Amino acid sequence: MHPSSGYRLHPQNYIAASGHYSQGPGKMTSLPPESQCGDYYSGLYPVPTHSPTPSTVSQPPAAQQLYSRGPLPPQMMGSSPGSFQGAAPSASHLHTSASQPYSFVNHCSNPAVYSANSSVASQGFPPTCGHYAMSTVSNAAYPSVSYPSLPAGDPYGQMLTSQNTPIFRPVKDNSFSGQSTPISHPSPLPPPPSQQQQQQQQQSLSGYSNPLWSAPGLQSTQDNLNRNHTASPATASNNPVHTDLLSRPVMQNAQSPKPSPVVSTVLSGTSATRTPPAANHPVRPVASATQPSELLQHKGMQYGEYVNNQASSAPTPLSSTSDDEEEEDEDEEAGVDSSSTTSSASPMPNSYDALEGGNYPDMLSSAASSPAPDPAPEPDHAATLAPAAPQPTKMSKPFGYGYPTLQPGYQNAAAPLNSGVQSSSSMYSGFQQYTQPYPGGNQLSSSLAGLSLQSSPQPESLRPVNLTQERNVLPATPVWAPVPNLNVDLRKLNCSPDSFRCTLTNIPQTQALLNKAKLPLGLLLHPFRDLTQLPVITSNTIVRCRSCRTYINPFVSFIDQRRWKCNLCYRVNDVPEEFMYNPLTRSYGEPHKRPEVQNSTVEFIASSDYMLRPPQPAVYLFVLDVSHNAVEAGYLAILCQSLLENLDKLPGDSRTRIGFMTFDSTIHFYNLQDGLSQPQMLIVSDIEDVFLPTPDSLLVNLCESKELIKDLLNALPNMFTNTRETHSALGPALQAAFKLMSPTGGRVSVFQTQLPSMGAGLLQSREDPNQRSSTKVVQHLGPATDFYKKLALDCSGQQTAVDLFLLSSQYSDLASLACMSKYSAGCIYYYPSFHCTHNPSQAEKLQKDLKRYLTRKIGFEAVMRIRCTKGLSMHTFHGNFFVRSTDLLSLANINPDAGFAVQLSIEENLTDTSLVCFQTALLYTSSKGERRIRVHTLCLPVVSSLADVYAGVDVQAAICLLANMAVDRSISSSLSDARDALVNAVVDSLSAYGSTLSNLQHSALIAPSSLKLFPLYVLALLKQKAFRTGTSTRLDDRVYAMCQMKSQPLVHLMKMIHPNLYRIDRLTDEGAVHVNDRVVPQPPLQKLSAEKLTREGAFLMDCGSIFYIWIGKSCDNNFIEDVLGYPNFASVPQKMTHLPELDTLSSERTRSFITWLRDSRPLSPILHVVKDESPAKAEFFQHLVEDRTEAAFSYYEFLIHVQKQICK
Amino acid sequence: MNEGVRTPDGHTPLPQIIAFDELRTDFKNPIDQGNPARARERLKNIERICCLLRKLVVPEYSIHGLFCLMFLCAAEWVTLGLNIPLLFYHLWRYFHRPADGSEVMYDAVSIMNADILNYCQKESWCKLAFYLLSFFYYLYSMVYTLVSF
Repeated sequence: MHPSSGYRLHPQNYIAASGHYSQGPGKMTSLPPESQCGDYYSGLYPVPTHSPTPSTVSQPPAAQQLYSRGPLPPQMMGSSPGSFQGAAPSASHLHTSASQPYSFVNHCSNPAVYSANSSVASQGFPPTCGHYAMSTVSNAAYPSVSYPSLPAGDPYGQMLTSQNTPIFRPVKDNSFSGQSTPISHPSPLPPPPSQQQQQQQQQSLSGYSNPLWSAPGLQSTQDNLNRNHTASPATASNNPVHTDLLSRPVMQNAQSPKPSPVVSTVLSGTSATRTPPAANHPVRPVASATQPSELLQHKGMQYGEYVNNQASSAPTPLSSTSDDEEEEDEDEEAGVDSSSTTSSASPMPNSYDALEGGNYPDMLSSAASSPAPDPAPEPDHAATLAPAAPQPTKMSKPFGYGYPTLQPGYQNAAAPLNSGVQSSSSMYSGFQQYTQPYPGGNQLSSSLAGLSLQSSPQPESLRPVNLTQERNVLPATPVWAPVPNLNVDLRKLNCSPDSFRCTLTNIPQTQALLNKAKLPLGLLLHPFRDLTQLPVITSNTIVRCRSCRTYINPFVSFIDQRRWKCNLCYRVNDVPEEFMYNPLTRSYGEPHKRPEVQNSTVEFIASSDYMLRPPQPAVYLFVLDVSHNAVEAGYLAILCQSLLENLDKLPGDSRTRIGFMTFDSTIHFYNLQDGLSQPQMLIVSDIEDVFLPTPDSLLVNLCESKELIKDLLNALPNMFTNTRETHSALGPALQAAFKLMSPTGGRVSVFQTQLPSMGAGLLQSREDPNQRSSTKVVQHLGPATDFYKKLALDCSGQQTAVDLFLLSSQYSDLASLACMSKYSAGCIYYYPSFHCTHNPSQAEKLQKDLKRYLTRKIGFEAVMRIRCTKGLSMHTFHGNFFVRSTDLLSLANINPDAGFAVQLSIEENLTDTSLVCFQTALLYTSSKGERRIRVHTLCLPVVSSLADVYAGVDVQAAICLLANMAVDRSISSSLSDARDALVNAVVDSLSAYGSTLSNLQHSALIAPSSLKLFPLYVLALLKQKAFRTGTSTRLDDRVYAMCQMKSQPLVHLMKMIHPNLYRIDRLTDEGAVHVNDRVVPQPPLQKLSAEKLTREGAFLMDCGSIFYIWIGKSCDNNFIEDVLGYPNFASVPQKMTHLPELDTLSSERTRSFITWLRDSRPLSPILHVVKDESPAKAEFFQHLVEDRTEAAFSYYEFLIHVQKQICK
Repeated sequence: MNEGVRTPDGHTPLPQIIAFDELRTDFKNPIDQGNPARARERLKNIERICCLLRKLVVPEYSIHGLFCLMFLCAAEWVTLGLNIPLLFYHLWRYFHRPADGSEVMYDAVSIMNADILNYCQKESWCKLAFYLLSFFYYLYSMVYTLVSF
């Protein structure tokens, strides 16, 4: 990765990548086979290490074997527990059936975890994501596999080749494991296998193409073949099976996935590369029917030259299993591909991983998540094999036939599945073809959806679930985002769901269809997320579409070497000369291999065109409340301490400036000009007309005046100890801050502890404590004055963001104060009843939040533009920003913890396209004064049938979008309106789904599997602080919850809405993952119901920003002693916020589990140990959303309620 | 029917439509938009337009109300009937404005959300059509009344 001309790659990337390289896979192979997976793996891993030819031969059988072995147990599980479930409605069913897949995942992802963590490094809070990471592939750089002419010594070429042959990977990896130098990966490659492979590849290619294809068509085929073959020759033998089976309609279809899931397991990381044929041919007829054939032709022309080369270099036709049918498929696939990527770029999936490596650690759902495949096939399997009995008799019945009347034994798992399979095949003839690639993992664990999609013959996500009868809707593993039904290459290139998610992963073709589905359509964005690796591109010309200004991205199509077609507006653009040269491969004429086209998340360093004024320096201003109330609360000491500790870590360069202001009824400025012997305090008491006493010396250079700043910070906590001033002139202080910041822009951090009582923007208390638990009207959710909004707009115009820290013990009208942050793209922190000694947990939280706040990345003077394919339009934005134009958000500051949501509508029918793309471009000034553009591109398929729309619902994204909409609704209309709207969202969508089933049973509440968590989440939302009624909720708490809903990214929001509950008194290493040489146990998720709490147990609840450990009364003394360090239950103190570091196994497990959870989020949460019987337990129990409270439904009652509404 | 007076209403939505158009067409040059120095200008622009729109709201509504009152006094039931729906719409719109007081309905922070902008724009077009038609109707009525004298 020599930074060659104009190109610079983040060094991190590579270091990290090497980490993967040397470590991950090495571990993978050396993993001791454990538990059930043992035989699986022992069977599988040897295969990869063989030389290519044997593996080709040996694989299919192995696969078959595995197939028959693997899925069977679940089938048994599926049906047998079902039969006794009626009797014992406990967790047992969920438990058992879930445990297997669970351990699988962990197993497989072990290596990933390792590697991800080894690559951790630099950015904010990277490590943990690693744990979802599948990027075992990880390694290299820009691939050029399919070009045999590449010099073998060339790092990129070689590596890639070998990468593309997953079979070899272990070998190669082993050889690397000793290697420590990051950059050298390519060289030590054992040449023979890879070359061999290359040859074989070629052979196979030629074998395929020679007889049948004319020159133009050839190349595209070849590429596809490349993809398949490079991955593993095994595919060749698998494919025919698929195709054959697919051509037969019904029953067979269910079986066809057999080989693919298995194979994919074998090949872990890259396996998905192979599967495309299986997954994709079915798609093509439907999805790509509209694919313009001209594309193909273009392609042909484009590749003519290569074709000749290749054809001549591939002398012997391979005696492979190629048959006509398959070739057709391949060809069609090429057609599909061509719409988005050039086919010669086919090897890119690998390179993607390579480049991004840990960058997409969470991309579990992408094909890289190979570990996933097994569990998902299981259900299908269960369906096809086990309950074959009922099938024949009811064969003719349509969808959803007698499900409700099924024998009890079948009701739980097997039967519904079965009906689903069957009916789908009989009813949706078109659909059935479509189905294969759908996310399948939902039932047992959607986290495993990765590869399984391709294997399930019927979309698992469409399996009808009878909600009223299924007791355990919650899967045992966390719910992951569904994977869009794209072909594998696109899927690999697609944006990580952590940065970019859509509520419907299948975009409906028309607005009418969307209306019919009654689901919200929108995007959830987390654009500035901390990434461990990110391709950074420096280039003189940033290639963009000339009409819509879209940045070039992996989903554009290259019409020929010189032209590309924009995927958003379909304009044909020229490829600039500079773009033709690829500095990474040092080759010319391969525009499709540039990193911009290989990664859906890239960052450009913008040229001077993108700025009119020089990039602003990092400027930080702290505005501190020092009235009596504030001094009493004692936050100053914590803040000053944090600042002192992190002064050197504040993001910025040598130009960084910092300033301080304090206020009570007057405003105090601090002159910190370099050269003074001590800080000078300047008091302005004219708050009606604020002025700046010495405008030049209030914001000072951090480096030059560091000593003075330290002096001030040391003195500040004690300066006001005897103050008697109780008033707070926040408004004037903010005006002064605005004046101070206007010339540069930057960040203002406001610390406020009470209701502003003087000067402009003073507020009155609006809360009536008696109304706190009112079920009727909740008033005052909106601002009382527009002073703060106007101020925020002014600030936004001057590129200043205002962050609010509200540390108050009584009502402070957050609804009004929050406006100052909402419209200036700031963030809001709220610490109710903060006191540094009386409330140590809040103090600790403040300390941790401050550490993160001060040191996290920051972008200044940012704008974010969201573009989408012609026909779609955005209409409402959620988050903290100012909307400057219909698609442009003005963000004075951007921080990595900010999330956004956008609602979409379909303005024109999308009939002439099979894919839609969304692109977010965030232009910002980094703290180092560089103008940068971070671009994310998401690609999703378009579907025309209602069933497909339901199959692609991302329920978490939908719920977050709904939460945002509900917040708007409760402010503009009323809270009860918003609550009704939420319930209606469930009612409407479920009834709309019900009406697609032909014989709707009114006695049953049926939801597609993809939506089965929808009612649960909505109920959780209704019981969330923001929307609950009937339970005493302070107005500020409610408003703060609403603010968080608008500004938190999806991952955090979901934890807030629906916390995770784990039982931790019996942690075992079964299924544990390894992170940084630590073993992290993975207990299954429990549903949020008191029914799950036993007095004998201890439970951990993860609410995002807070952890509760609940200790049952008769909890095992061993646990209390080993983990909490107290002899028995009675001696555990009421307020306990830390787990002692004890040298026992269970303590170690518990701590490593908690640390692991903590590491996965930016704000490290505080821990509360809650004893059963302690008063704090109410706080814990309020999160048990499935239970009934005085004012709210239990989950079952809610379902009944919904059902009644539907039947109305 | 002696509604001789041509309503000034006919003119009120016009500046609105122009204003919305101005809101919608931001500078198309993306480089310009990404530019922080432009932010202030644009923001001021939006605020200015919103301010202008807000200034027009009360006059429009009150003039329309006045007309309705005049029709009522003149016992022009048909004409009044035609205007009543709009009158109620105005009342509804006025009293359902955001709670924080001063901003009547065109709020700079939300106006750029495409749905709100679309709604406002459509509303203006509809009103323009309505006022135009009523203008001709009043003219016709006046001439008719004059002729039948």
